[in-house]
Amino acid sequence: MENASGTAPQRGAVSFSGGSPLVIRGLAKEYVRGKAVLRGISLEIAPNGITAIIGPSGTGKSTLIRCINRLVEPTAGEILFEGRDLVRLPRKELREVRRLIGMVFQEYNLVERLTVIENVLSGRLGYVSPFKAWLRRFPPEDVREAFDLLDTVGLSGLALQRADALSGGQRQRVGIARALMQRPKLLLADEPTSSLDPKTSVEIMTLMRDLALARGIPAVVNIHNVDLARRFANRMVGLSGGSVVFDGPPEALTDLHLLSIYGGENWLE
Amino acid sequence: MAGVSLAVRPANWPLRLAWAGFALYLAYAFSHLDFTPARFITGLEFGQKFVAKLFPPDFHRWELLVKGLKESLEMAILASALGLLASLPLSLLGARNLMPAWITWPARLVMVVCRSFHPVIVAIVFVKAVGFGALAGILALTVASVGFLGKLFTEAIEEISLKQVEAVRATGAPFMSVVVFGVLPQVFARFIGFASYELDANLRNSTMVGIVGAGGIGGTLFAAFQRFDYDFVCAIILSIIAMIVVGEVLTNTVKRVFRV
Repeated sequence: MENASGTAPQRGAVSFSGGSPLVIRGLAKEYVRGKAVLRGISLEIAPNGITAIIGPSGTGKSTLIRCINRLVEPTAGEILFEGRDLVRLPRKELREVRRLIGMVFQEYNLVERLTVIENVLSGRLGYVSPFKAWLRRFPPEDVREAFDLLDTVGLSGLALQRADALSGGQRQRVGIARALMQRPKLLLADEPTSSLDPKTSVEIMTLMRDLALARGIPAVVNIHNVDLARRFANRMVGLSGGSVVFDGPPEALTDLHLLSIYGGENWLE
Repeated sequence: MAGVSLAVRPANWPLRLAWAGFALYLAYAFSHLDFTPARFITGLEFGQKFVAKLFPPDFHRWELLVKGLKESLEMAILASALGLLASLPLSLLGARNLMPAWITWPARLVMVVCRSFHPVIVAIVFVKAVGFGALAGILALTVASVGFLGKLFTEAIEEISLKQVEAVRATGAPFMSVVVFGVLPQVFARFIGFASYELDANLRNSTMVGIVGAGGIGGTLFAAFQRFDYDFVCAIILSIIAMIVVGEVLTNTVKRVFRV
């Protein structure tokens, strides 16, 4: 896998502690002034495997993950990735960095009326001119890779189907293929299994973990199913009320921690 | 149950007054405008004579007829194409879910101005500006097309799913690629439908702007009326109906070609 970032200018370069590919410091977000959704999140993402972010609904998991590629604009803080502070990047450089961050969505977010292979190839849109994209003139090696990726996620033969003809599980496989098509250095997944049945959820998580490990791509995954998170993550972050209340390996996560994350008492019995 | 009112809704006196006022106004307008059965029967006699003069239609001057129809058809197609080309970028600029307010407002203003006047009025302006003939008609119909297609396209874009757009944006795609991959596929079928509808409207309007000298069959029709050539008028009217039917078939074919 070549270094796709090339020689991008290192504006906003910051030195940060080695090892972690993504360091978040003091990240805060207020959609409405005075009502904080994220209150000073500080995190260092594990260099490989899945970092699972758990927490109750409405606690800012989605906001946190969307702040990383700035689909949501952070209010304050630093996000250090590839030697740059993403929070302060101007638009053009933000686009360059986004190319290195693959994203998988809860509701798949495929372009419904495009074919499966077009959806996968849309992962290369950051590298192809809009005019060529319009004519669907992608470099041959990209097209080959897209077909290979479809094989990898188990959808060979469906390349020319329209995305809206697929089942939920198949759509999420396309979503993963699209993210990997970016040849990313980081994978984000926002509740990737919440719209799927339990069996498909496990299949999707297995696929995502195996591919992320095989390609050495660290992944940050929002997930509200604690058991699923325990099973697939090698690092767990518990979020509650917009703050980190647990950060450690899955084995260290006790019922006591779960109570502090989700509150209440009786639901654990 | 004494004393309990069975009304399920409080009496609305302002509304009752409004209805009464409306009824009074209708009565006044009827009497004021001489809209009476007697007047209608007198009118029918004129109508009978007029209809009698229409038939049989006179197709002797068919060269004139064909020339006018051909010009109308060309005007309609050209104006639709130009209107479509101008509306695509304009509607993108006017879409409030993709653009900031300081861009959408001017774009929407252009559309509203284009839509404000009937094509015939715009045609009068263009006849004064660029002279008699098809050019004025084409420009007038183009303005009307921009007004309507722009509005319909903008509304279609504002109804798309932003989730699909978000995913394309997250790949680091430049704005135009986001449009090509995230927006266009969602609206393309509807755009084709709107454009064929506009072609249909332009076909009908292109037979009318000729009345004010902006080219097409309308000029011929108006001249025939003024010379009391009612049998030729009938021939023109029948030809226009034929052209609209052909236009209907044409737009249906366009839709089928694009599979919408």
